[in-house]
Amino acid sequence: MASVTFENVTKRFDDVVAVDALDLAIDDGEFMVLLGPSGCGKTTALRMIAGLEGITDGKLLIGDQVVNDIDPARRDVSMVFQSYALYPHMTVQRNIESPLLVRRYHADGPDQPARKLSRTERSERVDEAARVLGLDGLLKRKPAALSGGQRQRVALARAFVGRPKAFLMDEPLSNLDAKLRAQTRLELVDLHRRVETTVVYVTHDQVEAMTMAHRIAILSAGRLQQVGTPQEVYDVPANLFVAQFIGTPPMNTLTGAFTTQGGPAIAVGESRFPVPADLKTRLDEGRTVIVGARPEHLDVSEDGTIAHDVRAVEWLGHECLIFGSVESSPVVVRQVGMAPLAAGGTIRLAVDPANVHLFDPETTERLA
Amino acid sequence: MTTAARLLRRRDRPRYSAKEMGIALALLAPSIAVFVAFFYRPFLNLLNWGTFESRANGAFFEDVGLRQYREQLTSDDFREGLWHSVQFVLYTVPAGLVLGVLLAVAAHRRLRGIKVFQAIFSSTLASSVAVTSVIFFYLLNPVVGIFQVDWLTNPDWAMFAVALSAIWQNMGLSFIIVLAGLQNVPDEVVEAATLDGYGPVRRLLRITLPLISPVLLFLLVVLVIFGLQAFAQPDILTNGGPAGATETLVFKINRLVRPDNIGIGAVYSVGLFFVTLVVTAAQFVILERRVHYAR
Repeated sequence: MASVTFENVTKRFDDVVAVDALDLAIDDGEFMVLLGPSGCGKTTALRMIAGLEGITDGKLLIGDQVVNDIDPARRDVSMVFQSYALYPHMTVQRNIESPLLVRRYHADGPDQPARKLSRTERSERVDEAARVLGLDGLLKRKPAALSGGQRQRVALARAFVGRPKAFLMDEPLSNLDAKLRAQTRLELVDLHRRVETTVVYVTHDQVEAMTMAHRIAILSAGRLQQVGTPQEVYDVPANLFVAQFIGTPPMNTLTGAFTTQGGPAIAVGESRFPVPADLKTRLDEGRTVIVGARPEHLDVSEDGTIAHDVRAVEWLGHECLIFGSVESSPVVVRQVGMAPLAAGGTIRLAVDPANVHLFDPETTERLA
Repeated sequence: MTTAARLLRRRDRPRYSAKEMGIALALLAPSIAVFVAFFYRPFLNLLNWGTFESRANGAFFEDVGLRQYREQLTSDDFREGLWHSVQFVLYTVPAGLVLGVLLAVAAHRRLRGIKVFQAIFSSTLASSVAVTSVIFFYLLNPVVGIFQVDWLTNPDWAMFAVALSAIWQNMGLSFIIVLAGLQNVPDEVVEAATLDGYGPVRRLLRITLPLISPVLLFLLVVLVIFGLQAFAQPDILTNGGPAGATETLVFKINRLVRPDNIGIGAVYSVGLFFVTLVVTAAQFVILERRVHYAR
């Protein structure tokens, strides 16, 4: 177990900057999710921890050791790949045992020299890993004879059998079907609680990030956008990118101007959004801002101050999504239960000022 | 009821309607015709020729049945030819496999300009045996050659020298086949092995080579067959000499296939065919179990 720290780490591939001056401290035992769209640098960051990519600039630490120039095999981290990367010519048993066969371990306590494990020690560990991951009956099979979910669990067992300082996972659930994915999410959280090892988990799926992470690091175009607990990044997005990336459907955003006529508000055409209490006195009259509100925070209300032209209503059983526009910008409203609305009409919407987010149109940073 | 008839009546045998059979035969007809015309019929002719013994320097032939097969396939000359062919195989095949793997591993990496090396390594495939032989004839020439050795005229070294040119010639093929195999090995599996603690040598021996084992088996079979068929290199470089030291089986067959000896030539050819068949089948039976085919 160990912390993982990026200090101003940059990775360039020729002229392309994949990771740009990343500063990120992952605590010992933490479940950290690196989240972002494809090409944002999250996988490159993970591969730098593993040592599969070199570091162009900056310092990377595992525990308190700088590992920039340490061989991947000596970093004592393990990785679960998207494709699982099992050894197809070996049985499940050999696959799981593989790191134990070649590595040396401090099996006699941290002060004793590292050594290879004996046959009994190896088989004890393999059996334990197999038991934890429910692979008991499958040890003699080859990966080709396993289902996707089973292969995935073999990959997890192989990663955790050597009790590494950190688990690295690169989109490990993306090859599973939706149902199995949901189940494996729970199992991963369980497994993490059991082994208490630092986990760095890469995904583009915000549901995985929200459900499993202690903290989420959101990246875009090689730059870190925000680090925080799932609730922090959801409730207080640091900028427009995070606001729109987290949440399904994404946050509605419109361009408006601050006005004090008829009380402080953001005017978007004829519609008016209330202003969060702490910002009421800090904005200049006429200042242009981007106003954001999540679909679930907009309420259909007779005396609402926002005029919404309804285009379509999707009923999903437990909730419905009302698609339409406010002053020709698309706006989605999420309502519990069925909304008795017809396409083509106009409704009024209200929003609690505490649930209104304001962003600077130039920097896209949150105004707070 | 004969065994064959009983086998045909087995329930699990798929039944085809007359129409399906007709279509199947029609679709197979072109290849059947080609095989009959250019393989099966000539092969039967060959088997038949082997039963005729030459009389009066080929003026007429007498049907001696299998006697000629018995005598010729146990003759010292046949055995010597076979031994030379086997020697050739022993020189060329392991070297071909090892060189193919080494070159392909060296050239399988993402480097600028690596395509140039890949092209150079595969280029020997594009040169004919005649060209290769001339190159080696020059390289090994005792007077004007680069190495200035007497290998081609020394009975102890001649076969090795001849094999050397074949090794060089086969290198391009081995390289291309192994490289293609390596390119099919998923990067992630090799990376997983790296993180598991496998060093470069262990990775090659325990992960990469087992994963490309189907390709290696194919290469082994092809190289052995090439080796057993060796003819042009000894023909051009040494003309079978010195003192018959490089007379491979095919070289002898080529000498024998004259009107006066065509019967013996046919026997040798049939002998070589069955040797090749048995060796190839043995490779598949013995090695197939250890080959991993990815699914």
